[in-house]
Amino acid sequence: MDLSKENMDALLGFLKQTKDREATCDDCLAAMAEFAETHLAGKTIPESLKAIEDHLEICAECKEEFETLLTALREM
Amino acid sequence: MAVETDWIERLTGESSARDAALADLRELLRGKLRHAFASSGDDFIEDITQDALLKIHSQLDAFEGRSKFTTWALTIAVRVGYTELRRLRWKDVSLEQVTENSASVDAGRVDSQNEPAASAARKQLVEAVHAIIDEDLTQKQRDVLKAELAGMPQEEIGRRLGMNRNAIYKLTYDARRKLKKELERRGFSQEDLSTD
Repeated sequence: MDLSKENMDALLGFLKQTKDREATCDDCLAAMAEFAETHLAGKTIPESLKAIEDHLEICAECKEEFETLLTALREM
Repeated sequence: MAVETDWIERLTGESSARDAALADLRELLRGKLRHAFASSGDDFIEDITQDALLKIHSQLDAFEGRSKFTTWALTIAVRVGYTELRRLRWKDVSLEQVTENSASVDAGRVDSQNEPAASAARKQLVEAVHAIIDEDLTQKQRDVLKAELAGMPQEEIGRRLGMNRNAIYKLTYDARRKLKKELERRGFSQEDLSTD
């Protein structure tokens, strides 16, 4: 299969971020509320949530949902 | 409006308390979703508020108290909203259309610099990635990877393949790991993957 230069660059970027263990989208959803509250409070992300932070770097959909959640929470 | 500690008790309590809690939660979610999905119409907001309420109510036992209840509920509601938004945006696009339109043969090109060494290294890397994709990934992994790189959301890819979003993530994660390990085996380092 041939990839465009843009897609090849995107894939190489994903590969660079790929880890031996990653949180899935379901893991991310389960912990996103806690992660968002920690983030909004300006606290250091604890080790237990590092995998969620990594997942948000690589999953565009979870990242989009997270940013929208932050926007909504800031209004609360 | 209920205080945070009351929500689960009220939502699982006797019918009048439950109905009042549902009404409070509906009002809260509707306001937040209207703000979050500001460019969508009232019908869309009403629909996703209702769908989110049903989902939240059916998953109350999954709330572990690691955040405020309202933050947890809003997280689910935002996902419900995006799931519907993505479905509407991609409803007329097939997986084949996405994967066929994304192919190109120019992936070895180095735009920013013309040094022969950088160009040759990039060419080797690109050839190796293409070879591993063709030899080591399954056809399903190739199709999903290509659709994802073309911008199709995972849940929309999954909808077309009878899989859920989590399963699609795992499929591409396995593909990425296989690609990365094989590149390492062939002598490429983490730094070689940089695109700058």
